[in-house]
Amino acid sequence: MKEINNIPCRKSITSTLVELGQKDKDIVVVTSDATGSATLDDFAKTLPQQFVEVGIAEQNSVGVSAGLASAGKKVFVFGPACFYVARSLEQVKVDMAYSQMPVKIIGVSGGVAYSQLGATHHSLHDIAVLRTFPGIEVYLPCDARQSRKLCQYLVDHNKPAYVRVGRNAVPDVYDDDNFEFIPGKANTLREGNDVTLIGCGETVAHCVEAAEMLAKEGISARVLDMHTLKPFDREAVLKAARETGAIVTAEEHSVFGGLGASVAEVTVQECPVRMRILGVPDENVIHAKPHEVFHHYGFDYEGIYRAAKELLGKA
Amino acid sequence: MDNQTLKLKAELLRRKLITLIYQGGTGHTGGDLSVLNLLTVLYNHTLNVNPKDPKMTDRDRFILSKGHCAEALYTVLCDKGFIDLSELDAYGTCGAHLGGHPDNTIPGVEINTGALGHGLGVGVGMALGAKMNQKNWKTYVVMGDGEQAEGSIYEAAMAANKYHLDNLVAFIDRNGLQISGSTEDVMPLESIHDRWTAFGWDVKCINGDDIDSIVAALDAIDWKGGKPHLFISKSTKGLGVGFMENVAKWHHGVPNAAQYEEALRDIDARIACC
Repeated sequence: MKEINNIPCRKSITSTLVELGQKDKDIVVVTSDATGSATLDDFAKTLPQQFVEVGIAEQNSVGVSAGLASAGKKVFVFGPACFYVARSLEQVKVDMAYSQMPVKIIGVSGGVAYSQLGATHHSLHDIAVLRTFPGIEVYLPCDARQSRKLCQYLVDHNKPAYVRVGRNAVPDVYDDDNFEFIPGKANTLREGNDVTLIGCGETVAHCVEAAEMLAKEGISARVLDMHTLKPFDREAVLKAARETGAIVTAEEHSVFGGLGASVAEVTVQECPVRMRILGVPDENVIHAKPHEVFHHYGFDYEGIYRAAKELLGKA
Repeated sequence: MDNQTLKLKAELLRRKLITLIYQGGTGHTGGDLSVLNLLTVLYNHTLNVNPKDPKMTDRDRFILSKGHCAEALYTVLCDKGFIDLSELDAYGTCGAHLGGHPDNTIPGVEINTGALGHGLGVGVGMALGAKMNQKNWKTYVVMGDGEQAEGSIYEAAMAANKYHLDNLVAFIDRNGLQISGSTEDVMPLESIHDRWTAFGWDVKCINGDDIDSIVAALDAIDWKGGKPHLFISKSTKGLGVGFMENVAKWHHGVPNAAQYEEALRDIDARIACC
């Protein structure tokens, strides 16, 4: 795996907001006692008039955010992803999505980032649930640079959105800023003809690494960075299905209803291909460090490499 | 609009409301009738809103947190000119724009409600937004009394106190009944007054059945006191229709033809007294 950048995605987003918030006084950050976890100290210190702390009250933080958005504010609400897609899910459904209030949730420490803290702190259902709410967009950026571009885009975007980022710094997938971020359009990180590896969020870097391992054995793997889960890039999936005939998906999410399911819903109806869906099975995650969890359930680079070979009958 | 005119309007709207529910075949009749006076006063005496420009920048904001009483809101919004009569008449038909709970594709509706315990939090955000923007418009939220069991309300109540939202006005339509019976049997609420006072709110009791009481209370709000305002609006569920008054089953009851005629007779008698 590549060297890890020292800026976590959450910090990349909050730094971007500190910078933009000084020029645009309508940018408001709301949080529920997550200033430290979300790395909001600089924002709170620099822009106190644009910072709203509602205490440990996730439901209210989403409701208040919707009201602020209705009053013309550009609202980013920060807190652990696990609580925002469970405790305050009805506020997300009604006050944000159904009401079309353009609040942006930044769900930090998503997936299994809290590792040993257990199932209360994991958010392995967020993609599955939010995909079924009409009108809300879902993003899982894969590195610090993409998180910054996403944040810049969302500031003036007039739709409700959910962003999931992890806790720790992750390797750079993008080495410089010369890459496109088009919402709803997957980035092809590597061309290939034998199989397509599709990741979102932190599994993208693992897909890249797996593709390099496969290349050494003469297997040509395409890699897609599916940073937007909703709206979903059906065209990129269909192109990959038609051109490579085999797809492996890897996600830090339940195997039910997430990235793999999104891909399968497209292919099974329009271009059936061999597939493997890598993610967390129907069980509470083992107590372990995040990279150990990735490895245990086989959605790290080694598991992706192995699944691709099995799928191609070359194991 | 003077109080006498408001009283007559409320009774005429009561007639339209009961007709809407009867013809549409659906509605939360009891709570619609208990909150109608309050909505009539708000929209015809208090709120700075403009049906010709529903998104007017500095309009006052209104949220019907007890969204199941949408029929009362629709009746008032139609009377004000926000909603076309043809849309109101289509209520209850397949594909109608107006549903059983308000949504903000309807002119004059700010936020979608129907799941209880949401309106006050959104109202806090609106009122806070007005303060941040140094605007003088006000935010009004009407809640139900059964709704007071929702914990999210108290998260919002704390935040309103923290941010000194004296530009926020909340009401509890205190008709004493919810779908399963008396509020005090289902989940005791008293003393509501003490509870909200402890949360740092400026709390007053009013008679929601009496237009004069509502008008007087709204006219006396202290907008500079640093405290959010709560009015406990003591009302009668099913107000104006004898056989519906204080009967829990009319929470979601719809009158049949004979009951509809009887309801109209009761309401017409009230109109005659105005």
